[in-house]
Amino acid sequence: MEYFIQQLVNGITLGSIYGLIAIGYTMVYGIIGMINFAHGDIFMIGAFVALISFIIFGLTGVALPIILLLVLLIAMLFTACYGWTVEKLAYKPLRGSFRLAPLISALGMSIVLQNYVQVSQGARVKPMQPLFSGGLEFFKNSEFIVTVSYLQIFIVVLTIILMGIFTYLITKTDLGRAQRACEQDRTMTALLGINVDRTISITFIIGSSLASVAGMMFVLYYGVIDFYIGFLAGIKAFTAAVLGGIGSLPGAMLGGLLIGLIETFWAGYVSLEYKDVAAFSVLIVVLIFFPTGFLGKPDIEKV
Amino acid sequence: MGKQDIIKSLKDSLFTGLIALALFGPIVGLRTVSKGEGLFITPQWGVVFLLVGLCILGRFLININSARRTEFKIFSTLSSKFSSITEDKAKHFAITGILFAVVFPFLPFTDRYFMDVAIMILTYIMLGWGLNIVVGLAGLLDLGYVAFYAVGAYSYALIATTFGWSFWICLPLAGVFAAFFGILLGFPVLRLRGDYLAIVTLGFGEIIRIILINWYEVTNGPDGITGIPRPSFFGLPFKRSPDEGETSFHLFFNLEYSTMHRIIFLYYLILVLALITNYFTLKIRKLPVGRAWEALREDEIACKSLGVNPTNTKLTAFAIGAMFGGFAGSFFATRQAFISPESFTFIESAIIVAIVVLGGMGSQTGVVLASIFLIGITEMFRDLEQFRMIAFGGAMVLIMVFKPKGILANRKPTILMHGDKK
Repeated sequence: MEYFIQQLVNGITLGSIYGLIAIGYTMVYGIIGMINFAHGDIFMIGAFVALISFIIFGLTGVALPIILLLVLLIAMLFTACYGWTVEKLAYKPLRGSFRLAPLISALGMSIVLQNYVQVSQGARVKPMQPLFSGGLEFFKNSEFIVTVSYLQIFIVVLTIILMGIFTYLITKTDLGRAQRACEQDRTMTALLGINVDRTISITFIIGSSLASVAGMMFVLYYGVIDFYIGFLAGIKAFTAAVLGGIGSLPGAMLGGLLIGLIETFWAGYVSLEYKDVAAFSVLIVVLIFFPTGFLGKPDIEKV
Repeated sequence: MGKQDIIKSLKDSLFTGLIALALFGPIVGLRTVSKGEGLFITPQWGVVFLLVGLCILGRFLININSARRTEFKIFSTLSSKFSSITEDKAKHFAITGILFAVVFPFLPFTDRYFMDVAIMILTYIMLGWGLNIVVGLAGLLDLGYVAFYAVGAYSYALIATTFGWSFWICLPLAGVFAAFFGILLGFPVLRLRGDYLAIVTLGFGEIIRIILINWYEVTNGPDGITGIPRPSFFGLPFKRSPDEGETSFHLFFNLEYSTMHRIIFLYYLILVLALITNYFTLKIRKLPVGRAWEALREDEIACKSLGVNPTNTKLTAFAIGAMFGGFAGSFFATRQAFISPESFTFIESAIIVAIVVLGGMGSQTGVVLASIFLIGITEMFRDLEQFRMIAFGGAMVLIMVFKPKGILANRKPTILMHGDKK
């Protein structure tokens, strides 16, 4: 039982990270109907920017909460620039062309970003000294002590805060309304005087910022990163988005949590080596029974 | 061009520079280096300023150019040249290409390096043609094609090292195994729509790779399988000094021993395998099942209402595509004599899909051009080892941006009832 709770805590932490990345996938899919394959690499760049800023601020000796806030903002800003540029360079010229074109362009962009970071930052893994230590301990009397580290609390709380801001942004503001309108009908939205290109750019900026936060969490949580982390995290997050029903924002978060939990429990109870297999197998099984994911809208084809 | 335009484009270029600074500043400018215990930062501002300068300059030139409405001359002429390749010309091109491929090993400038590159390009052409059945004809986006390539390579390697059977027995077996895996995967997932199918196949590719890494007892894990038998020339091995009672190739034909013999043989082997794939595809396009694939690609609902069973039709495409992937895989195994899971990563799938799509989906000639182009680019950058994948990815983006339908964009259904559609 204690072991189960421990895995649950770990799974929720991991799920928060996946969920934040998954939102980027699902938003982009919702608005322009493409798999933004480079999104995982945007997350990786976010992790690198966070790592670099942690090192720089680590030297200044400022208090930890201020460092965290600064790094968060810096990572979001710089990573958003990447998201924006990628969209302008590789996807915008392809709007309206046939379906596979943006996907291939995204694949190419993903290869470029990965190797660009490999060249500029080196191929070795980058370790980082842990910033957080300690945590809360539960079930002290039993054999297995459940530890909820402060870092895990930080990650989950930050995710909840971001989700709150994000939900407000999408449901209550003009920007969110424009975004949702573009999802439903781009031509009509443009006719009603909304700048569709700008809305799409902002979608990419929001998605990239959230991915960069996930990147920062990843650096803190695992303590090592390399240029390749974006690939696996990216496809798992995409799996999460599909699982929750692609295009649905609560679905992305739910899917992220599920993937995080499945992966942790599988690693904890079944086998560590095959934890990546678990996520994909579950995806296949779920898609057979819920072809549009858990919270996706059923897709009716009309002739 | 007025003064205003220049000021406008200057402003725009400076904005580009600002963005470039934000992009390159942290990632290029602040290189993290591990020293002893910790991680330190080495600034590289020189490179950053160079890159930012290039971006500003490039943007400014593009602005001036587009103001004059000349646009990208090179690209438009190139693309119009390629677009003018019609079916007729493509046929001439194909015949010339095959003739060239046949005499290639004996051309005076052909050396070992050229042969190796040619074999690699032919392998990708074969994979591209195999995947073209799935993506180009049946319109199913398969991002895990490398899984079948891996299944083919591993089943060849395992059968050949365990039972010692010859290449010509193992090759069809490997194809059968790969086709079996194609059906195994295809059965549950082929009901899914395009993008879902893409991600599931991607997942399947990863599953196969992870299993290859972890299933030590059979696959020898990350260390891979070594000592895979080399193919022999219909029973005559390519050895300097053959074993007792054996005749080797150069003795039988009374030739000076040379390692090139084996390379040339491998070259012709893959050439023949690739041409078989091509021939098969061209023929099956005209059979009912091939027609059903193309019809499914164009309109699935119409197909269903006309009584075509989409699942079975897709399944055959998947299985046949997988089978050719398996053939290519066993060729790969016998050429390398060593395989490990590292050769079957997602990037391989991405390259093969890129070849099919960049070539122009469904176009057999396009696959050839795209393979030569993409593999050629990575080979040209070989000396700049680190930059070759950047060049590769960049080429993918550029081709898509300037030529979204691929180099040869003549995706036409093989038959049409009422003239041309659009």
